Amino acid sequence: MSVLPPDLDAAGFAAFLDDLRAVVGPDWVWSSDEDMHAYRDSFSPVWNTEEERHASAAVAPADVEQVSAVVRVARKHRVPLFPISTGKNFGYGGPSPNVNGSVVIDLKRMNRVLEVNEARAFALVEPGVSYFDLYRAIEERGLKLMLDCPDPGWGSPVGNSLERGVGYTMPHFRDHFGAHCGMEVVLPDGEVMRTGMGAMPGAQTWQEYPYGFGPDPSGLFAQGNFGIVTKMGFRLLPLPEYYRTCLITVPKRRDFVKLVEHVNYLNDSGLIGEVEYGSPLRAKMADPQVMALITKAGGVSDAELDAAAEAAGLPCWQVELQFLGPERATYENWTFARDRILGDIPGAQAIEGEHFALPASEHQLDTPQQPWPSAIKRRRSLGVPSLGEWKIVRDDGHIGFFPVLPRDGEAVFEMQRVLGDAMKAFPTLPPFFNALTTPLLWHTHTFQMVFAPSIKHDDPEHNAISHAAMKRCVEVAAEHGWGDYRASPIYQDAVADTYSFNNHALRRFHEQLKDAIDPDGIVAPGRGGIWPRRFRA
Amino acid sequence: MRSVVVAAAVAALAFGVAQAQDGMRTGPTAPDLAEGKAVFAKWCAPCHAPNPGLAGTFALQHKYDGKVPAALENRTDLQPALVAYFVRNGVAWMPPFRPTEISDAQLAALNAYLTAPLDQRGAPAELLAEEMVQLRSEGQ
Repeated sequence: MSVLPPDLDAAGFAAFLDDLRAVVGPDWVWSSDEDMHAYRDSFSPVWNTEEERHASAAVAPADVEQVSAVVRVARKHRVPLFPISTGKNFGYGGPSPNVNGSVVIDLKRMNRVLEVNEARAFALVEPGVSYFDLYRAIEERGLKLMLDCPDPGWGSPVGNSLERGVGYTMPHFRDHFGAHCGMEVVLPDGEVMRTGMGAMPGAQTWQEYPYGFGPDPSGLFAQGNFGIVTKMGFRLLPLPEYYRTCLITVPKRRDFVKLVEHVNYLNDSGLIGEVEYGSPLRAKMADPQVMALITKAGGVSDAELDAAAEAAGLPCWQVELQFLGPERATYENWTFARDRILGDIPGAQAIEGEHFALPASEHQLDTPQQPWPSAIKRRRSLGVPSLGEWKIVRDDGHIGFFPVLPRDGEAVFEMQRVLGDAMKAFPTLPPFFNALTTPLLWHTHTFQMVFAPSIKHDDPEHNAISHAAMKRCVEVAAEHGWGDYRASPIYQDAVADTYSFNNHALRRFHEQLKDAIDPDGIVAPGRGGIWPRRFRA
Repeated sequence: MRSVVVAAAVAALAFGVAQAQDGMRTGPTAPDLAEGKAVFAKWCAPCHAPNPGLAGTFALQHKYDGKVPAALENRTDLQPALVAYFVRNGVAWMPPFRPTEISDAQLAALNAYLTAPLDQRGAPAELLAEEMVQLRSEGQ
């Protein structure tokens, strides 16, 4: 599947590649079909179709000077670059670009952990550093710090946070972009810029005071195309002394509203880590009557779900809470949470779960011993990167849509009903939205729900269904004010279109900026739905 | 510690291949296989270590139903071309790995490790977390 960069013929492409080789050396430029296979999105719903986006070549610089030189070469030849860090953004496009013929600038070789400061709890890393690498750098030195990592540990703190990825420990660390502090960026003209205190020569606080002085442009580089991030600082959690868990159940459907309010309070007060909402009734989903009820058009009533729960002898909802901190504090926080919720919701019950000192032993990491069927993923909850959760992937991969909704039980019921009804048009897909679907409290202050239909490399009909369902889900969600938080290149225009307040004022602003600093679209044109003048024409 | 390793190596020689295929390999790795083992530990073990809960081991158990070991490191039927194909092309939900991740030289070392006689491979590669937990406990 050979492609050429936009507006370039084969001779021009060859000259461009020669210029790249002069910068990085002949071993670090690739353009053969065989080599470019690894830069395809192996989770693509448009695999082997006209819609799939293909890069024409890849180049791997060794340092920021080479990144800058590559950008200048690309500018000279007007070739769009598509930066990747570790290239593991699966479900959201993997390493594949927005524009056919783009050249992937693969930053994996830039893999230095530049600093980990235990006393001041921060790290400074390059884009090719993975969560595994950063974890190793902390553990090998025996530092008392905890990472906050996504499910797959092969991803990059830089790449994941620039995608606004999430983790699973304490509230302000789960939002990975929110937990960054200071970045170095190569701009579309090849200049190197530092944000925050990094802009002041001699400042010692680059990873501690994020703003510096004046406007802080760091947000432009997340899900954007205004530069290539070559260094990024992150705040780290001091290793908590102790880990504690508990389970709380509430009997009736409507109890969920109060339960959410209590958990919000605990979260916002910094008393708990990530939570796992669930429904014990899910254990009955193999029962056709239960399945029919929870997928009923128009949603279920309180009475209907309460009756099903009573018949099954199960509570409607549960939440697993996790506490991190000094041992005595975790004990007090757990009993506080228990007393607060049980004192307010009739019939609520609480079970004390596993608890132990940190760091966890191998046995504690490998074999959780909860007195209930737990949805907590032990490693990720303790900031230990792994690929243990990769087994959740079905078929050949999946695509992800995680609509953002308020942390409010009524809003959860509404999303269950609205998106459940809308997705009935795609009956071969699992019922992602049903009356037992519970929200995720991954980002610090908001809920999300999961829509993640699978893809199969050899089944274009199945992929077409997942693709159509994805687009429809984004559309219906937006009609109700629920926006997507992150999208694959093939969906970025559609998602950006839904953020349309005042005749797309935000997009028009981004376009003005893009035209000013990168009119030819050298850095990732189309990313985030932002197109420079050259590609809008 | 040394005596434990030696004892384990002797035990491995005594019990031989049958036990090795059950994921019980022990002992030191031949020095010329160390680089390949390190590549395996970094890039393959997170999914393919001998733990039935890991995605790769789980998938291969399902695919072969025990006819060959589910853990790649215990296989004796792998050919370099096959390993290279899967590394560079991926399969199912396993993505391909780029030369910036596993270089051609590292791929050759990985192949040497995965095709070496079992008794030269030594104990299975550790998962990173296991290695780090042990490191921490040794340091205390």
